[in-house]
Amino acid sequence: MNDMTKIERTVDMQTNKISAKNVQVHYGDTHAIKDVNVEIQDKTVTSFIGPSGCGKSTFLRCLNRMNDTIDICRVQGDILLDGEDIYDKRVDPVQLRAKVGMVFQKPNPFPKSIYDNIAYGPRIHGLARNKAELDEIVEKSLRRGAIWDEVKDRLHAPGTGLSGGQQQRLCIARAVATEPEVLLMDEPCSALDPIATAQVEELIDELREKFAVVIVTHSMQQAARVSQKTAFFHMGNLVEYDDTTKIFTNPEDSRTEAYITGRIG
Amino acid sequence: MTDMTANGVPEATPHAKSSLLTQDAHTKQRNAAEKRFRIYGITAIAIGLVFLVLLISSILFKGVGAFQQTKLTLQVELLEAKLDKSGTRDIEKIKKVTTFGYNPLIDTAIKRALEEGGIENPFSKGKDLRKLLSSGAAAQIREFVVANPDRIGDTVEFKLLASSRVDGYLKGRVSRESLARDKNLTPVHLDMVDQMRETGVVNKGFNLSFITGADASESRPEQAGIGVSMLGSFYMMLVVLTAALPIGVAASIYLEEFAKQNWFTDLIEVNISNLAAVPSIVFGILGLAVFIQFAHLPQSAPLVGGLVLTLMTLPTIIISTRASLKAVPPSIREAALGVGASKMQTVFHHVLPLAMPGILTGTIIGLAQALGETAPLLLIGMVGYIASNPPEGLIDGFLSPNSAMPAQIYEWAKRADPAYYERAWGGIIILLLFLMTMNIIAILLRRRFERRW
Ligand SMILES: Nc1ncnc2c1ncn2[C@@H]1O[C@H](COP(=O)(O)OP(=O)(O)O)[C@@H](O)[C@H]1O
Ligand SMILES: [Mg+2]
Repeated sequence: MNDMTKIERTVDMQTNKISAKNVQVHYGDTHAIKDVNVEIQDKTVTSFIGPSGCGKSTFLRCLNRMNDTIDICRVQGDILLDGEDIYDKRVDPVQLRAKVGMVFQKPNPFPKSIYDNIAYGPRIHGLARNKAELDEIVEKSLRRGAIWDEVKDRLHAPGTGLSGGQQQRLCIARAVATEPEVLLMDEPCSALDPIATAQVEELIDELREKFAVVIVTHSMQQAARVSQKTAFFHMGNLVEYDDTTKIFTNPEDSRTEAYITGRIG
Repeated sequence: MTDMTANGVPEATPHAKSSLLTQDAHTKQRNAAEKRFRIYGITAIAIGLVFLVLLISSILFKGVGAFQQTKLTLQVELLEAKLDKSGTRDIEKIKKVTTFGYNPLIDTAIKRALEEGGIENPFSKGKDLRKLLSSGAAAQIREFVVANPDRIGDTVEFKLLASSRVDGYLKGRVSRESLARDKNLTPVHLDMVDQMRETGVVNKGFNLSFITGADASESRPEQAGIGVSMLGSFYMMLVVLTAALPIGVAASIYLEEFAKQNWFTDLIEVNISNLAAVPSIVFGILGLAVFIQFAHLPQSAPLVGGLVLTLMTLPTIIISTRASLKAVPPSIREAALGVGASKMQTVFHHVLPLAMPGILTGTIIGLAQALGETAPLLLIGMVGYIASNPPEGLIDGFLSPNSAMPAQIYEWAKRADPAYYERAWGGIIILLLFLMTMNIIAILLRRRFERRW
């Protein structure tokens, strides 16, 4: 009983990092996201689940304006990061993306050395004043990416020569190197084998200490394992958003229940 | 033809009884079809190879003669009485002596060579003797004298160009029978040549001046070289490279990475593809109208030729650059944008380096096309006997009238003298060597820069 109240209190104390209000996304005539409202908390792993094509990736890509690169994509509504509208005219999406890092489904290291993969972001944002500082950032990021021990002896070997799981952790390390506040991950484990998946999941749990992490996953077990909050999307609607335990044990909406019991998907 | 069951009639054979050790009728049929197809393929390749070998061997066979030239080694006494009557070595006065004034020296030198070799001289007039030599021989000596006036009075050994008939005789192009219809040389000359070859006066050697020299007038094929038009081609390629590469790459990057997809960019895209198929002579007449008649750039100048070829090469470069930009996986762009790179940083730090091998290959192929292009050059006056001296310096190279290798070859092939025919083939060998070198560079660059991602 005592324990329960403690958890409740910590959740209450957590601040909202991102709040989305009445978000609508259209791809040309396709209405991909319909009126989504969600509050994403800091220092929490939030997972987006739902059948494929329901708009999880689309919504995730709204959070760092990655959708700007798609000509036909139109975003309406408000998305606030620490109270500031990221779709405000004065916001430079490039600056935003340094604050809101992203990890993609398929590991996509640059065809450069491991060192340069990590150093690229800090370099273009001017985070290091000299080589020593840059070295430090690279090491710190690789440690955070839980891959330092595996690559410290071959920092100048190409990043593309690593295994799939190592590449994905390298990409996570690359994303944290720019000191973001939010980390978006779009199905980061779907191209990985079970062992690599376990390593990445463990890493995500550690990242929670510093960042707000949003992860899209098609695996309900994964959502249950790594996240504290879960949002269930269905056909562009945010059907239900609650504590992960609540979603998986006692969902309110019948569609959520149908999905987690395997009847839709 | 091959797959009968594809038409829907299922094979009736019950597969329980069939053995893997014997082929059924259907398999046999398919294997036979495959075998036939392979034979077609091999035949096609063999035919292609035969033509290639024929082409190369005939080019080599016909063109190799241009790289050799017959010369007469003569001891010429540079008589002061003829070349510098005043004896003051005043260069202006020496220059006043025309090539005509050198003829007696040449006559004496030939007679001396005949005497030393014990060869009978059936000609009384020096004019007949001089037919053995190129009409440029006197100029060759005069050039030497003007450059070294202090040698007047000495006897100097010269290697003088033989006339194109004598050269043709040594190369098998001219025979005693063919001379029956030729006023320029008689069989008696050929007898003398035979004897002079034995005494070592007449020699056939490597013809460096073909590679370095300028074109010559119609009557002196033995003097004509491709060197100056090679320089013309070189300056044109400089223009094409410096104009077409940046314009083409910038245009492709903009179209591929920045421009919004709408009807206007679609229109541009269609037009660029169409431009690649426009006959090159159209670009020639465009260049004539715009660069020469409107902009008043000098006629026959490699600058104008280069600009015309730039227009022609641009579509090739744009198409290949866009293709290689397209081939860079979008995940690389996402990765760069995801860490907060701007659009331009994404393109220049990540996309362009990966597209580089393709861009370079396309550019070199475009350049190679431009190098071999003749038709547009006809219209801007870059054909014909134009430059007699190599250009002096860069600006002269761009602006003074010149020809280009393929235009020079066309010009030679057009001329009546068979000696020029041989030179046209020789020019083609050089042109092909250039193209081959460029292709090899393209392959090496592709190998060098190619990386997996
Ligand atoms: N680039 C795009 N252009 C047009 N439609 C798109 C694009 N990306 C996604 N969509 C559409 O938006 C909807 C949601 O897609 P997505 O967000 O990728 O789903 P999820 O990630 O949940 O599988 C789908 O109907 C899909 O067809
Ligand atoms: Mg998705």
